[in-house]
Amino acid sequence: MNPNEAPRTRVRLRYSKAGRIRFTSHRDVARIWERSLRRTGLPVAQTEGFSPRAKLHFGLALATGYESDAEYLDVDFKRADIAVTDVLDALLSVLPDGIAATGAAVLAPGAMSLQQAVTSCDWDIELLGVTADDLARWVDRVCGATTLMVTRERKGRQITDDMAPQVRALEVGEPTSRGVRLLATLGTQPRAARPSELLAAFEPGYRPVLVRRTRQWIEQDGARLEPLEVGAAPAQRTMVGVQ
Amino acid sequence: MSELVLPLYFPKGRLVLMSLWPELELVLPEVSKPARYIGGEGGMAKPEHHPSKVSWLLAYPDTYEIGLPNQGLQILYEILNERDDAVAERAYAPWVDMEAEMRAAGLPLFSVDTHRRAADFDVLAFNLSAELVYTNVLNCIDLAGAPVRADLRGDGDLLIGAGGHCTYNPEPLADFVDFFVLGDGEEAVSEINTVVLDWKRAGKKSRQRVLRELAAVEGVYVPSLYDVVYDGPELVSITPRFADVPAVVEKRTVADLAAWPYPKHQLVPLTEVVHDRLNVEVFRGCTRGCRFCQAGMITRPVRERPAEQVRTMVADGLARSGYDEVALTSLSTADFSGIEEVVAATMDCGAGEVSVSLPSLRVDAFTVGLAAQIQRARRTGLTFAPEAGSWRMRRVINKLIDERDLYGAVESAFSQGWRRMKLYFLTGLPTETDVDTLAIGELARNCVELGKAHTKNPSVTVSLGGFVPKPFTPFQWFGQNTVAELQRKVFLLRDDIKRNRGVQMKWHDPKASLAEGIASRGDRRIGRVIEEVWRQGGTFQEWSEHFDYDRWTQAMDRHGLSVDWYVYRHRTEDEVLPWDHLSAGLHKDFLWQDWRDALNEVGLEDCRWTPCYDCGACTGYSIEHIVASAVPPAGGSQGTGQVPTDFLPPAAVAVRLSGVGTGT
Ligand code: SF4
Repeated sequence: MNPNEAPRTRVRLRYSKAGRIRFTSHRDVARIWERSLRRTGLPVAQTEGFSPRAKLHFGLALATGYESDAEYLDVDFKRADIAVTDVLDALLSVLPDGIAATGAAVLAPGAMSLQQAVTSCDWDIELLGVTADDLARWVDRVCGATTLMVTRERKGRQITDDMAPQVRALEVGEPTSRGVRLLATLGTQPRAARPSELLAAFEPGYRPVLVRRTRQWIEQDGARLEPLEVGAAPAQRTMVGVQ
Repeated sequence: MSELVLPLYFPKGRLVLMSLWPELELVLPEVSKPARYIGGEGGMAKPEHHPSKVSWLLAYPDTYEIGLPNQGLQILYEILNERDDAVAERAYAPWVDMEAEMRAAGLPLFSVDTHRRAADFDVLAFNLSAELVYTNVLNCIDLAGAPVRADLRGDGDLLIGAGGHCTYNPEPLADFVDFFVLGDGEEAVSEINTVVLDWKRAGKKSRQRVLRELAAVEGVYVPSLYDVVYDGPELVSITPRFADVPAVVEKRTVADLAAWPYPKHQLVPLTEVVHDRLNVEVFRGCTRGCRFCQAGMITRPVRERPAEQVRTMVADGLARSGYDEVALTSLSTADFSGIEEVVAATMDCGAGEVSVSLPSLRVDAFTVGLAAQIQRARRTGLTFAPEAGSWRMRRVINKLIDERDLYGAVESAFSQGWRRMKLYFLTGLPTETDVDTLAIGELARNCVELGKAHTKNPSVTVSLGGFVPKPFTPFQWFGQNTVAELQRKVFLLRDDIKRNRGVQMKWHDPKASLAEGIASRGDRRIGRVIEEVWRQGGTFQEWSEHFDYDRWTQAMDRHGLSVDWYVYRHRTEDEVLPWDHLSAGLHKDFLWQDWRDALNEVGLEDCRWTPCYDCGACTGYSIEHIVASAVPPAGGSQGTGQVPTDFLPPAAVAVRLSGVGTGT
């Protein structure tokens, strides 16, 4: 049989990244997943050609140093009868400390890629060098602004964007033992806004010591969905670890 | 979590946490590639420290990416952690940005396993694989919080050790390192551990005492126990100061590699490193006898790992690591007995596609069969090392591959689908003329021509290094080419090659070869130069962006040491060499004879498949080759009777073989 016609299953995995492994890059994490999946012995589909590689489709990159409760990855399997519980079980013993698979769902054919589909992320940002009161005033100011012009450099050119539409929500969270927390929801389309950009542009003195992505969202037909809830027709949905 | 961060708010000294992680965590967002410092590799030991154990910090004095894959370090790490009375962690040289952050925050050198301070260990042991890292060794000792000079360290300070190939001339680091280990470390490390443990149990009373006891361990050299006498620039003698300290320190050799199937749990890093794949050492030692090659000379004899054990290590390693590439490592892997079967078995043992890479391929053992095997899964780059362009030059260096072999190998590779290959050459070799240098270009062009029959755009990259003579080789007496001369040869070849499409050229900076030359054959006085280059900020000297030639030459001048004396002049037969009180098993008169033979363009066959000529490496230690196959690999021109008759004068061979065997 032509391998191109082999039955395929695309599984969306949710995983967390925390602890010292947060200092690995997006590329590093991709390699970690390739090796971990190989260790499971699961029938992951491969690309054709001289250097076959596992068919993995990653979502939004997480900046090096950030933690996350909500990273996603789509994996193509070369069999139709893949059970997500088996995938999650197999991953239990092969992922390194700090990365854990926390949910999975089979995607319906034709589901949008993560990069296209995700529209916003929730962030939990721990800051040093600022009091809760100052932070609250800063939040009021940012939320009250109609435009938030941010200049960044890309390929040697200065680009100025208005971040205001990207800042969906901003509030002060419970303090930690060493600092205060800022909770933010930032848009990801057409380009994912980073918490560090927001801070650097409007309060360079605020030093984030720990940034954590807590959720990713897909806005679809007025509803806000977790990426595992999207794609599979409800009748075929197979999820683990999702409320 | 809150417990971990508490110490930040405590006055200094009230509570010292074992792990520096809470502080490092604040620094890491500021540096490039922070994953270098996090540890957490697959296969990492779970170090449990205890007063009844000797704690080792095994350090590689270069970046994490370069150091992590080092097999020697990983082997010792496992052996020590398997012991009840030892615990080992690892450290790597922090990159310059990290060093700046660490110094600014008052953070010392730390382990990547549990982020412990270096000073909390008993021993800080370095792997020395290249001379240009010496300034990093000093920097790491300093970052560890210990005085860099051994004579300023007290009882409570770390013991500083070193192993690896560079220890065959440890003199340039003699003022900074407490003890060196010559040769294979598998057995020696446990014996050293026992000595240090006794000392630790007794309360680390006298540093002098533990050093004396270490000197009694075979293969261990304690430089502070030797007197060095000079007469002007000349070295007169290096002699032990005490009767119980050996006059000559002999290297250690593991007789049978099968007894040491390490690493059993090769570390799988979380971030990208060099040689990022499973590495399985298939044999140690090499007796091809290339005269420029220190590794070949000092690691004799050849000890093959049983093919069955190779297969097990590959299968286990792939399953454990998730790698899809395995390198079968040695100094010349195509020489491994039954290599084609082992490669075939290796490729079939993974769940999916596994590719095999064979570093250090000898062209005369690279056959169509082998080419076909390794290209089955994935085409990685192919590298051959003819080392010299002309047959005459290759006779001088005893790299006895004739053109037919090289072209045969290149043809095999192109016919099996490779389109690019890399050829390694040295320039600045003894007796080299411009004819020899230009022959490199000719050879590369011919390879491209061969490729055209198989592929549209064949590409050959010539990689050219400046030759640096090394201790315990026949070329240890040779005066290195000057920077100007190496530069001239590089440009000569570059201009010659420029005209040809399909041939690219890369070369090593001749100035860096000079610095390497200073350290490679320097005596103890060179320590001052290394210290000065380091004090001026000269770390990471093997990185071209940090290498500073002027610092080296100025430091030499300032200490009244002559580059000409140390590097450029030819040494004489009767002179005392800075490593004469050490032994790699090789008889000095064997090396001298081989040096004369080189100048006479006389070759020497591989003793693996021909009778022993008593170089000393086996005979001195009552060990022998462990080689499964009684015959050399197919296609070889060396040691196979296929060597062209014009270069092995019968008389010379007869003399060398007399009393040892019958010859061929
Ligand atoms: S002692 Fe003899 S057999 Fe052993 S490496 Fe030397 S020449 Fe070869």
